[in-house]
Order: sequence, then structure tokens, then C-alpha cells
Amino acid sequence: MMTSSYRNQTHSGVAGRAQDVVHVPPPAVQSAVAHGVLSAFRSVCGEDGVSSGEAVREQHGRDESVHRCCPPDVVVFPRCVEEVSALAKICSRHSLPIIPFGTGTGLEGGVSAVKGGVCFSLRNMDQVLDLHQDDFDVTVEPGVTRKALNSYLRGTGLWFPVDPGADASLCGMAATSASGTNAVRYGTMRENVLNLEVVLADGRVLHTAGKGRRPRKTAAGYNLTNLLVGSEGTLGIITKTTLRLYGVPEATVAAVCSFPSVQAAVDSTVQVLQAGVPVARIEFLDDVMMDACNRFSSLSYAVSPSLFLEFHGAEGSLEEQVKAAEDITRYNGGSGFQWAKDAATRERLWKARHDAWYASLALRPGCKAYATDVCVPLSRLPQVLVETKEDLIESRLTGPIVGHVGDGNFHCLMVVDPDDPEELHRVHLFVERLARRALAMDGTCTGEHGVGLGKRALLREETGPVAVQVMQGVKDALDPRNLMNPGKILLPREL
Amino acid sequence: MSGRVLVGVKRVIDYAVKIRVKPDNSGVVTDGVKHSMNPFCEIAVEEAVKLKEKKFIKEVVAVSCGPQQAQETIRTALAMGADRGIHVEVTGKDYDTLGPLQVSKIFAALAKKEDAQLLILGKQAIDDDCNQTGQMTAALLDWPQGTFASEVSLEGDKIKVVREIDGGLETIKINTPAVLTADLRLNTPRYATLPNIMKAKKKKIAQVKPADLGVDITSRLEVLRVDEPPQRLAGVTVETVDDLVAKLKESGTI
Repeated sequence: MMTSSYRNQTHSGVAGRAQDVVHVPPPAVQSAVAHGVLSAFRSVCGEDGVSSGEAVREQHGRDESVHRCCPPDVVVFPRCVEEVSALAKICSRHSLPIIPFGTGTGLEGGVSAVKGGVCFSLRNMDQVLDLHQDDFDVTVEPGVTRKALNSYLRGTGLWFPVDPGADASLCGMAATSASGTNAVRYGTMRENVLNLEVVLADGRVLHTAGKGRRPRKTAAGYNLTNLLVGSEGTLGIITKTTLRLYGVPEATVAAVCSFPSVQAAVDSTVQVLQAGVPVARIEFLDDVMMDACNRFSSLSYAVSPSLFLEFHGAEGSLEEQVKAAEDITRYNGGSGFQWAKDAATRERLWKARHDAWYASLALRPGCKAYATDVCVPLSRLPQVLVETKEDLIESRLTGPIVGHVGDGNFHCLMVVDPDDPEELHRVHLFVERLARRALAMDGTCTGEHGVGLGKRALLREETGPVAVQVMQGVKDALDPRNLMNPGKILLPREL
Repeated sequence: MSGRVLVGVKRVIDYAVKIRVKPDNSGVVTDGVKHSMNPFCEIAVEEAVKLKEKKFIKEVVAVSCGPQQAQETIRTALAMGADRGIHVEVTGKDYDTLGPLQVSKIFAALAKKEDAQLLILGKQAIDDDCNQTGQMTAALLDWPQGTFASEVSLEGDKIKVVREIDGGLETIKINTPAVLTADLRLNTPRYATLPNIMKAKKKKIAQVKPADLGVDITSRLEVLRVDEPPQRLAGVTVETVDDLVAKLKESGTI
């Protein structure tokens, strides 16, 4: 029994965005599902591998974004790439939308089944395959999360450092081009995916760099690997990813420093990077956030713009790195520079940064939080932060700021009452102004979270009509009938 | 005091692996399955290495009983900071039937031979969940024991141990030499780094047999059968209280 009520709602979430009109699922979907495509699915992945239960479908229609749940018509649980391919062929034959699902930890509504269809939950494909310690690479299936992989690697001296916060599926991280606090030193998914195995909409299995290949670099042909990275399930279902691994740091030092102004904090960041200090994490918290963290965790940091830094390296080299950073902060008027080497003190120093999300929520109990996500060149960061903070005050909004300042990427954690439509509307307008402010400064409307449902119009503004046409051309080449995760990244074409 | 600490480390099926019972119900499938150091043993090694870093003790010796692959587990301990290893060779059927009583006899013999000041073990292994080896070893040696330790501090020739017990925490002070068993919250084990893994390759692992230590490892236990837990059946929805009572009576529950 299909419930069409979900699909007939607009997707206005906390940010109050009125989405484009939701496409009513084509009659093909309803009748195909009603007419026994379910038994075809069952013959591929077994009785237990297909679910039409309402609870299961709801679970697979939402992620951690503010977008409302948009459940698929059915959820399938393939166990291997052959099953994924067979299921895709069935969907293709019946023109059923396909929505890949990893851990459901996305932040932009990427798994919303806006046209109904079939959710491919890949959680049963959970093997770590082919670890090559001497080559620093490993291949994993979509059910492997980043914490599970690092736990698997724990005796080897290797780790996978991309850390978006959530314990996300690594293939899902590839699909959304995930990043995190470590990107300034170790890069994002774009720099760390060597190869992908992908099932296309018609069931063909594509190896983006060739089957089993894992050279550290290549000049062979079009870069299909990075075409698929960040494609958010709109070009194919990722069933394997080959990742670049790094040595676990010998030693880690954490440091904290506060500044008289945003400019001083950003200047310090730029200079630390220019000085060649290989800082592993450099995070910015604004005064509102520092205040929230002080209250939440009973700390007594100065309520002013602050930097939280982390250094990775060999025992000897860390002292130099810390000293260089400390000199730079002092030069820019920084004060209260503290640093620590042992795990317990480092934990305490970074507690403010770790608790940022909860500290923000605690500012207004009963409210929900939504993270904005823009990225600009470093030199424009002070200006965009100052203008954004002014906008927050004028708009009477609560939005403590935390940023991966080494990348020019920051998040306003908008704390908003989900039952106050007027406030939701103000947040919606603020978020659009913020994205356009970032675009005006040569930046991007999404540093890490992806385009998903909510930023499709902004993407068009950002890349321009020619890029959008080219993207549409690529989409048409790989998925001419728009079965792969419809409604994401690209707006529906004008007829 | 010798300043030497012995740490027992057991090679077990990795905690993240889905366990499968062999078709003949004689045991679980171990061939081709990922193995690693028992998580509580990792915590024990970390505690020993920390004590050495704080200069309370001088040498950490990692001990494991089993076939050739047990040496991998010892190497992991060496990469975490242990100084040398002892591999007690037990293979084949003997290994299949090796349990806490035999292992504690081996550890007791080694503790005496190595003049150990302290023996640290994980509180239990995640494959058998016995939680016996530490206690048995202490009894055989007639040493005091600080089990389920969540905090350990050396105070002169005594040890203060905070133990996790059902009602909360219990603090005891025991003499050395002593046996400690590590509980979950004692510490967070460090990851082995590549340079330390390379250094560990050069550290020594001595080989001994149980007979060399005068220990008889014949088992007094025989495993008859291993079964998976029963499959959970689907629930049944009832419409009324009367239906519920009828069903409960039907199933003999009331």
C-alpha cells in the first residue's frame, strides 16, 4: 500500500524553504510495484532482502538534514554487486527511481525519495577487502563506516583521516565528497579516492579507474573517479571504494588561543599555513560559540574569537611546530595560548570544540539546530564572517559559528524554534543571503555537505549556465531516464 | 623489586566479525577469519606501557599462549611499547582445549621464572568470557589481586586499585607482587604507529613449551556442542485483551 501523502507535501523543513513542486510519482511506479516487481526483487536478494514495511521505508527516507522524510516505496538489501546490478536492471525495466542509502547521516536530504521508487540499502555489503599495507591503500564496501575501517586498521599503523564527524559510510562519503576537520592536512574525499566500483542505472558495472587498479597517480583518460565523487547518487550506485591511507601520527599536540578580532584569528591561520607548519586541524570558534561552550561545559575560556589547533608529527618536530604557531598568534595579538601533549589534557583543551553542536542547542532548549555550509578563499574569510555576524544580529537569529578556517569553510549553527514559521522564514532568507555572499566572494554555496535537495538553484548560480548544461549532458549520458536519485543536484530541465 | 611486569595477551576473533558456528556444531569458524588482540588485553598492555613511561617499572614482557600466529599478537604488544615477548607454544588439539586453568598455571610459572613484580591481564577474553585466568593465577601464586581495575596507582611497594563492582567503585590497597586485571575504563589503548611497528620487528620473542615450565596442559573439560542462539521469532499482534490472555494461556505462560 503506497502512502502518497508524504510525496504530496512540499519539503519545507526548518529552514522554511519552499521546494520546487514535488513530482507526483509516475503511474508506472505504483503499478509496477503493485504488479509483482517485488517478487522479482525477492528472487534476487532473498525473502529477507526486500521490505515494504512502513517503519523501514520511513527510516530510509530521511537523513540528518532538516528536510522532511520522503520514504521510498520499497527498500531492498542487496548482498553483493551482482545483486545490485540485477536489481538495477529490474528498476530500469520498470522505470523505477533508484536511491542508494549508506548510513543516512547526510545533511542535505540526499536520500529523500521525492519521486518514490526503490531504496537500495547497502548495509549488508560490509566487508573490508584488499588491504595493501605497503601501498597504503584499502578497498571497502558501502556498509563499512569510517570508524569501523579505522578500528579494522588499528594494528597496522595506518588510518583513514577524513573525518566529517558522523560515523558515515565511506562509499557514502565518496558520493557526497565529504570533508572534515582534518582536510587542511589530509585533504577531502576528492583527494583520497583512488578507484570506485559503480553500478549504473542500466545495471552495467563500472570501475572508474579500471578493475582492481590502485596506482597512487594516473594520467589515464577522463577522471571518472572524481566525476563520481560528489555525484550524490545521481550517476550510479557506489559498491566499492579504494581509499588512500596514511600513517597514524606518532604524536599529537593540541593548542588553543584567543584573539581580539576575527581578522586576527584568520590572519594567524593564513600565516601559519604560509609558514609551512603542517597543522592537522585548525578550527575557528566565534565569541558566541565560545560563550555557549563555556556555559555548556563549565569552562572559562575568553569570550572572543578563538582558534583550536592540532599538530601531528614525529615526537621531535612537534615542539617546533607549536612554537612557530605560538609566535604567529602572539604577533597577531593572540593571548592565552595553551597547548598539551597527553591525551587527557588534549581532550580537555578541545572539549569546547567537540561539544559545539550540543552547546549551541543548549542555548535555546527545545529548539533544533541546522548547520549552514559555505566556503570562501581564506583572504575573504574575515569579511564574510563579519558581514554574516552583522546579518545574524540584524535578523535576530541565534547562529554560533564554527569553521574549518584552514580551508575557508565555516558553519553557522542556526538554533531555531521549529514551531515558529516566522523565525523559520527569517532563517531561510538568512541562509540564502549567506550563500550568495559566499558566491560573491569567489566561494561556493557548499564546502562539505553537498547540494542535495536544497541548493540546486544556488548551484546553478555558482557554476553558471554552461557548467550546468555540461553537468546535464553527463547526467543524460549515464542516466538518460533520470532514474538515479531524481531531484538532487540538478533542477528539472526547463522544457 | 625487579621492576618487571608481565602482560598476558590473547589472540581472539576480532570483535567486529560476525561469528558463525561450524556445521558440525563442534565450535566456531576460525579459518580465514580476522583475529586480533583481545580488547581487554590491549588495555592491559597500555597500562603496563604507561607505568613504564611514568618510570614506575623498568620492563614490560608480553606473553601469549598458542600456535605460531600468537606471535602476531605479541608483535602488536611490542609495537605498543612492550620490551620483549614470550611465546608459549600450544598447538592443535591442545590449543583447542586450552582454558583458564592451564593458562594460569603457565603464567604462574613464568611469573616466578621472570621474577615479575606485577602481572597484568585483561579481565576476560571476548571469545570465552571466562573471567577466571587472573583470579586463578593469583591463587596459584598466593599473590593479592586487583581485578576489574579502572584505576591503578603505584604507591611505594603497594598498589592502589579502584575496582568496578556491581554497586559502584571499590578502592583497595594491595601489596606487590600482585595480579591485576584490566577493565574497560582503565585507559584508552594507543594505536600502533608505523615507526613503532618497525621497531617492534627487532624486539625479541622467546619460545617456550608448557612442558619446559613444568605445566601439564591436559584439559579437564570437554566441549560437547556449540549452538547459535535460537532465532528470534516474529511477534504476534493481538487485537483485544481477551485475545492476549487466550494466547498467554495457550502458550503455557499463564
